[in-house]
Amino acid sequence: MTKPVIEIAGLYKDYDTPAGVFPVLKDVNLTIDEGDFVAIMGPSGSGKSTFMNILGCLDRPTKGEYILNNQSVKALNNNQLAALRNQTIGFVFQGFNLLARSSLVDNVALPLVYAKNQKELRTKIAKNILERMGLGQYFESRPNQISGGQQQRVAIARALVNQPRIILADEPTGNLDSKTSEEIMKIFDELNQIGNTIILVTHESDIAKHASRQIRFLDGKIVEDRRHKKIKVEA
Amino acid sequence: MFFSMLSEAWHAMSANRLRTFLTMLGMVIGVGAVVLMMAIGEGAQQAIKRSIDSMGSNLFVVLSGSSSTSGSRSGSGNSSALNINDANAIGDLDDIGAIAPISTGNSQIIYSGSNWNTSIIGTTPSYFSIRGWNVDSGNLFTDADIRSASRVALVGKTVVENIFGDDIDPIGKTIRIKKSPFLIVGVLEAKGQSFDGRDQDDTIIVPITTAQRKLFGNQIPGSVRMIMAQAKSEKYMGVAEDAINDLIRQRHNIRENTESDFSVRNLTAMAKTASDTAKTMSMLLGAIASISLLVGGIGIMNIMLVSVTERTREIGIRMAIGAREKDILLQFLLEACVISIVGCVIGVGLGLGGALLVKKMVGAEILVSMQSIVLAFSVAASVGVFFGYYPASKAAKLHPIEALRYQ
Repeated sequence: MTKPVIEIAGLYKDYDTPAGVFPVLKDVNLTIDEGDFVAIMGPSGSGKSTFMNILGCLDRPTKGEYILNNQSVKALNNNQLAALRNQTIGFVFQGFNLLARSSLVDNVALPLVYAKNQKELRTKIAKNILERMGLGQYFESRPNQISGGQQQRVAIARALVNQPRIILADEPTGNLDSKTSEEIMKIFDELNQIGNTIILVTHESDIAKHASRQIRFLDGKIVEDRRHKKIKVEA
Repeated sequence: MFFSMLSEAWHAMSANRLRTFLTMLGMVIGVGAVVLMMAIGEGAQQAIKRSIDSMGSNLFVVLSGSSSTSGSRSGSGNSSALNINDANAIGDLDDIGAIAPISTGNSQIIYSGSNWNTSIIGTTPSYFSIRGWNVDSGNLFTDADIRSASRVALVGKTVVENIFGDDIDPIGKTIRIKKSPFLIVGVLEAKGQSFDGRDQDDTIIVPITTAQRKLFGNQIPGSVRMIMAQAKSEKYMGVAEDAINDLIRQRHNIRENTESDFSVRNLTAMAKTASDTAKTMSMLLGAIASISLLVGGIGIMNIMLVSVTERTREIGIRMAIGAREKDILLQFLLEACVISIVGCVIGVGLGLGGALLVKKMVGAEILVSMQSIVLAFSVAASVGVFFGYYPASKAAKLHPIEALRYQ
C-alpha cells in the first residue's frame, strides 16, 4: 500500500547573494509515501522552509532530482508548475496569506478560478468547505474580521478546495496560541486519516508529535529521520 | 473566468477610489478633448461643405475687369466690358453646360412700414439650375419674364424675415425697389452662409432685363457685371477655363501680351482650398488633443507600476495557489483597460457635453461623428493595453517566493 508520492535525490539549492553563492540545501535525499504525515523540524536557517518551497513547486532546485507522482518536476515549465500548485499540492502558510480585500468565500474559491470552474460551482464548493471548517456564518466576512485561528482554517480550506492529495504546511501554527494550534492540528490529523499526505514544518515538538514521521534538518542536510507511532486522535 | 477577473479588477480599483479616479481623469480629459476637438473640426468642415454645395458645382465666374476713370481704378466687375452676347457665346462653348449673366447692386427695399437694404441680383432662370436653387413657395420667374422685363421678384429668407416677419405670406405682395413696384412671385429656399461667410439668403433676384433697365441704369445697354458658367462636368474644368479665356479675349479684340479686361475665377477650386484648410485644422486639433490622451496613458502606466509593487504579496499568493503567468498578466492588463475604457466612456460623455455647450454659447457648428467616438474608444483601449502591458508583464514575471516574501 505504500506508494512513494515524493522522491528527492541529490537535491541542492544555492542562493546567489551579494556576498557570493550561499548553499542552503546540500545533497538532500528523501522519499515520502502516500498517506505519510511528516513533520520537518530544525533550527532557523537550516533550510527547511527552502525545502518546503521546492516541494511546493514554488521554487526550483539548483541541482538534483525531484519526482512528484512519478513525474520529474525539473522538466516542467512555469505553467505546468502552476498547474501542480493548483491541482496536486495544497499550501498552508504561517502568515495565512489570505487576500485582505476579498471575502472568505472568494478567498477559498480562488484556486477554483485558476482551475477554470464556473462561478456557481466555485461558490458552492467554497461554501461547502468553509462550513466543514465551522465558518458557515462568515462567508462574506473579510479576513481581518475573524480571529487568527479562523483565518488559518480559511487558508486550509483554500488549500483543500481543489482536492489535492498532498498538503504542505509551513509553520501553520506559528502565529497561533497553543489551544488554537491544537484545533488546527486536529484538522490536519483528520485530513491525514482520510488518506492525504501531509508535510509540515514546525519547530514545536508538541506539533511534531501529530506526525508519524519526524525529519530534522541541520545546515541544509537531513540529520534525523524517524518514524514513531502516531498519537491517537479522537474522531 | 473573464467575468470573475473583470469583477476583481473592479474590486481592486474601488479599493483605492481616489487614486483610480485621478488616473481615470487623465483618460477622461484626453478622450473628452479628442471628441470635442474633432466635433469642432468636423463641424467646420461640414459648414464649409454645405456652403460649397449651396454655391453649385463646377462653377466659373467671369468678371469684367476694373475700369479706370481719370486715373482712379475701380475694382473688378466695374467696367462694362462684359455683355449679354459674351454670355451667350460662352454658353455655346462645347465644355460649358449652362450660363447665367448676372447684374448686381444694392438697394433699399420697402414694404408698407418696413424697409431693408439688400443685394439685388438680376439674372436669367438658368441661374437657379446652375446653383441648384429652388423656391420654397411660389414660382421661379421664366424666360418670358426676361423677354418682357417684367417687374417680378424672388426674395430670400432673410429678406422675408426682415420685411414681412413671420405672419405675412409675401407671395403676391408688392415691394418697392428703388421706387419701382415689384410683385413677389416666389420665396427662395434657405441657402445659409456661403463659404466666405456671406448670408446668401439676404438677397432679391429679379429678371436681368428688368434689373438693367429699371434698377441699375447701365450706361451701355446689355452689359453685365459677371457671367456664371457651369462646366459640363468636373473633368472639363481645365479645358473650359482656357476656352472661356480665349473666347472672350478674341471677342474683345485683345492682342497678345496685353492684359485682359476680364477675369475668370474658378469657384470650385477656391472652395476646395477652403475645405482643405478646414480639414488640416481639424486634424491639427485632433493631434493636439491626442497628446493629452498620451499623457493620460502614461498616468495609467505610472499607477499600474505602483499598484504592482504594492500588491507584490498578493501576486505571490495567487501564484502559490496556481495562477499562471498569463493569469497575472491578464489581471493587471484588464485593470489598466478597465480604467482607460471607463475613463473613455466618461470622456466621450464630457466631450459631447462640451460640444453641446460650445454650440450653445458660441453658435459654432458642431458635428459629433460616430467615427470620432469609435476612434476615441479604440485609441483608449489601445492606450490601456499599451501602457498596461509593461506593468502587467512585470507582475507576471515575479518569482513566487520573492513575491511572497515581499513586505
